[in-house]
Amino acid sequence: MDIIVDKKGKRVSPDQFSQGMGEAHGDVLAKKTVFVTVGTTCFDALVQAVDSQLLKAELLRRGYTNLLIQLGRGSYIPSKSAGEDGSLTVDYFSFSPSIADHMRSASLVISHAGSGSIFETLRLGKPLIVVVNTALMDNHQSELAEELAERKHLLCAYPDTLYETIQNMDLDTLVPYPPSNPMAVAKLMNKFFGFPED
Amino acid sequence: MKKLNDWIIVLSLSTLLILRILYVLRCTGKPLRRSSQQALKTLIVLGSGGHTAEMLNLVAVLHRDRFYPRCYVAAATDNMSLQKARVLEESYSYETNVGKMVEAAQFMQIYRSREVGQSYFTSIGTTIFAMLHALWMTFIIRPDMVLCNGPGTCIPICVAAFLFKVVGIRWMSIVYVESIARVRKLSLSGLLLYKFHLADQFFVQWPQLQKSYSKAHYVGCLM
Repeated sequence: MDIIVDKKGKRVSPDQFSQGMGEAHGDVLAKKTVFVTVGTTCFDALVQAVDSQLLKAELLRRGYTNLLIQLGRGSYIPSKSAGEDGSLTVDYFSFSPSIADHMRSASLVISHAGSGSIFETLRLGKPLIVVVNTALMDNHQSELAEELAERKHLLCAYPDTLYETIQNMDLDTLVPYPPSNPMAVAKLMNKFFGFPED
Repeated sequence: MKKLNDWIIVLSLSTLLILRILYVLRCTGKPLRRSSQQALKTLIVLGSGGHTAEMLNLVAVLHRDRFYPRCYVAAATDNMSLQKARVLEESYSYETNVGKMVEAAQFMQIYRSREVGQSYFTSIGTTIFAMLHALWMTFIIRPDMVLCNGPGTCIPICVAAFLFKVVGIRWMSIVYVESIARVRKLSLSGLLLYKFHLADQFFVQWPQLQKSYSKAHYVGCLM
């Protein structure tokens, strides 16, 4: 029997989860990965937050099976777990050229607030929780995350509210991010420089 | 008597300079009345990370024969941006004929005035150095247009472009697109270009920003 995870990575309901995930085929049929990325920054507070037992238990309860953490330049090392006796499988790495692949195969992405990571995830149509780094001095990063959260394209959290956010999240309420519109600038530039309109 | 003459010369020269600066500032932002459909030599400043991604999204939809040739400049410490630009340009030359890229696109690196975390004291020296480097590069490239979207890397180049306008070597239009990450307030680079009236065209990606800065054009999201 198959558990279908659609390409937006919508979660299966807890009921489906407990029925469908027998020990025998659980990890093969319904691998649901939460991918955590801090980009090129150092964001130990986020890694620490996802490393908490409480948060991992909540992810497991929601049907996620794997937790993959990209650590960046951080020094906090989370605990690994092979996922025996039905617990969450936890793995990590510092940097990888295949971040995009990890995002593509994830069911949920938890990311730092850098615009690169945010838009890469939104373009892939993945549910996204952006965690704002409160330790950064010039914290303009929260502006973008909050604006996109207001438009319901993602969820915005802080390291100490991440658990709460996951507890209360309903990924069905998220709205797909609309296509970008670089042509608007190009048109105005054409006009300004006296080129004919196409 | 001689001293008085010197003073008169200094005074009249500085008056001329001020008048010239005022004239350039007045012309800034006015559409160019160009006779022909001549291509514009374009200097594209890649600001690393998200800035580069936004910029390349824009460059990808620009008319390749109008904004030609294109010269990409990135910070010397930024290894990724020029590589990404090269990938974009290569995709163009595959469409037409391989080998043409050498003329259509150039890739150069520039010293940054300040690295993340650098102290303000040492950044005085590096800023002067970056400014001289920007002047030199802008002089070599002599673009018709500078296209940038922050961060600070673009400021020395924009200042250099403005100085060339004042001196009259070449009219280099400055087009600035504020980063998508700025929703409520302009970045420092954006604010400098806006307040000092250096940018000929100033674009923002969120409607809230356009409300606060009325001379900006709201264009929607580049990402």
